[in-house]
Amino acid sequence: MQTPYLPHTDSDVKEMLETIGVESVDDLFGDIPKGLQNHEFVLPAPLSELEVVASLRESASANRPLASFMGGGSYRHFIPAAVDAVCSRSEFYTSYTPYQAEVSQGTLQAVYEFQSMICALTGLDVANASLYDGASAVAEAALMAVRKTRRPEILVARYLHPHYRQVLETYLSGTDLKVVEIPAREGVSDLEGLKERISEDAAAVVLPQPNFLGLLEPVHELAPVAKEAGALAIAVCNPISLGVLSAPAEYGADIAVGEGQPLGIAPSFGGPGLGFMAARDDLKRNMPGRIAGQAFDAKGRRGFVLTLQAREQHIRREKATSNICTNEGLCALAATVYLALMGPEGLRTVGRLNLERSHDTLERLSGIPGVEPAFDGLGSPERPFFNEFPVRLATDADALIHAAAEEGIGLGIRLGAHFPELQNCLALCATEMTTDADVSKLADFLERRLSGK
Amino acid sequence: MASVPNDLRYAKSHEWIDPGQSPHRVGITDRAQAELSDIVFVELPEAGRLVTQGEACCVVESCKAASDVYAPISGMIAAVNEDLEARPELVNKDPYGEGWLFSIDASDMGEFPILLDSGAYRDMT
Repeated sequence: MQTPYLPHTDSDVKEMLETIGVESVDDLFGDIPKGLQNHEFVLPAPLSELEVVASLRESASANRPLASFMGGGSYRHFIPAAVDAVCSRSEFYTSYTPYQAEVSQGTLQAVYEFQSMICALTGLDVANASLYDGASAVAEAALMAVRKTRRPEILVARYLHPHYRQVLETYLSGTDLKVVEIPAREGVSDLEGLKERISEDAAAVVLPQPNFLGLLEPVHELAPVAKEAGALAIAVCNPISLGVLSAPAEYGADIAVGEGQPLGIAPSFGGPGLGFMAARDDLKRNMPGRIAGQAFDAKGRRGFVLTLQAREQHIRREKATSNICTNEGLCALAATVYLALMGPEGLRTVGRLNLERSHDTLERLSGIPGVEPAFDGLGSPERPFFNEFPVRLATDADALIHAAAEEGIGLGIRLGAHFPELQNCLALCATEMTTDADVSKLADFLERRLSGK
Repeated sequence: MASVPNDLRYAKSHEWIDPGQSPHRVGITDRAQAELSDIVFVELPEAGRLVTQGEACCVVESCKAASDVYAPISGMIAAVNEDLEARPELVNKDPYGEGWLFSIDASDMGEFPILLDSGAYRDMT
C-alpha cells in the first residue's frame, strides 16, 4: 500500500522482496503461528496529509492556556530559542544512544559537557550521562547506597515527592530492603525524628531540597546525622535552585540526584524527564548508567569515549550496577545548551527571580480571607521556601481547582491526596515566567470565590 | 609461550595458588592475563571474608570485559594486594609475583590435591 508517510514505493518493496527471495511481505511473518496472526485491523480509512493537519489542528485548539501556579516536580521556566535551535539539528535530533560510541564524537562530547556541568552545579566529582527521570534517579541512588553499605534500610523525608517515593518502593519490591519515613515537623524533616529512626541498618538518608511542599529542609543539620550513622546522604535537588541554594557537596551529600526538566525542557504533560546523578569519586564504580570520558587517540588528539563500562549490564550482566543501558540524550542536550547559555550568573539571576516571584505571590495573597499559609512564619528565615509554597484553603480544594480552571487559572498542586494532615492544602508555584497580571488574576479569583463562604 | 611455574598449583578457571606459604597467595595465570589484555581495575574481596572452593570472590576488569576470579580453596581471605588500586597493570606485568590478588588462610588442606600441577595445567591450555 502506498502512502505519503512511508518512504518505500510498491516497486521498492517488490525489488527488496525479489532480492531476498520472498514472495510477499506477509511471508516475513510466517514464523508466527497462523492463529496468532491478526489480519483484521478495524481502522478508519487513511487521511491525506491535509486532512491529518486539519484534524490535529482541531485537537490542539482544545488546549486552553492557563495562568499556571502548578509545580509539583514539573516547572514552567523560560526556554531560550537557542535550546531548540541546537537540539533540532538532525545529527542530534534523530540519533539514538550510540552503541559504537566512539564513532559518535559529537554526541559523546555533548554528554561529557552535560556531565561536567552537573558536577559544577552539585559540587560532586563524577556525573553520569543521565537517567530516565528524577524518580528513577532516586531509586538508583538508593540501590548504590545499599550496594556500598550492605545495609537494608532507606530513610526518606516525609515530604519527598510522593511519586519519587512510590517509584523507589517499586524498585525495592520483592527485596528485603525497606523504606523508613523520617517524620516531619512544620513542613520539613524533624532532626530529632531522624536521630531516633536512624540506625546501623540505614544505607542512606534521602533529603529533598526543596521538598514537595516547596520548603527548604535543614539539610546542613540532617546530612551529618546520616554520616555519623555510616549511611550515605542522598540529596534530591531542583537544579534550577542551585544558582541560589547550597550545592549538595557543601552540606555533605555523597550522591546528588534530581529532575533536570527545569533546565530548558518543556513540561509537556509531565514528560519526558531528565534524571541526573552525581557522586563522590570513590562511588564512581558503583554508579549506574553510561559515563562519557575524555581520552587521547594514538596521535595524541583529544577524543571522547564511554568509560567504566564494566559496571554496565552488557558486560557485567546480572552483577551490573543497573539494567539501564541508555540515557535521556536529547533532554540532556537541551539542559546543556540551557546551562551554557545561562552560565553561573544567569542561573543565579533565574534563582533569585524564582525566589522573589514566589515570595511576592505569597505576600499578595496574605490578607485574603480563606487563604492561609499552611505553616506559621512561611517565607521567614525560619521557614524558607524556593519557588513553591503550601497554603491552606477554607474550602474544598478540588472544587476550587475546577472553578479556577474555568477562569483560566492553574491553581496549584493538591497536597491532601498525598498527605492527610494537609487536607484542602495546595502547593502554589511562581517562577520567572509568572507575571504581575497572573498574580493579580489569581488574587482576584481567590478574593471573589472565598468571600461569602 | 605462557609461563607456568612448577611450584604453584592451578585451578581450571586459570587461578594459581602458592601451596608453599600460609596464608596462600592467589592470582591469575600468565595465560589468563594475556587473554584479558590491559587490566584497568581489580575489585578485591574484603579481608576476613569466608570463601568456599570455586566461589567467585574477586573481579578483574579490562576495558571490555569483567572476569570473575574464583577461590581455588576454601578458607578466609587473609590479605589483599593494595598495590593493585594504583597499579592494576601489575597483574599483566608480573602475574605470579607483584600481581598477586589476595591470600587465603586455608580451612581444609585436603582441597589442594584437586588442583592441577603445572604439567596438568599446561596440558589443559
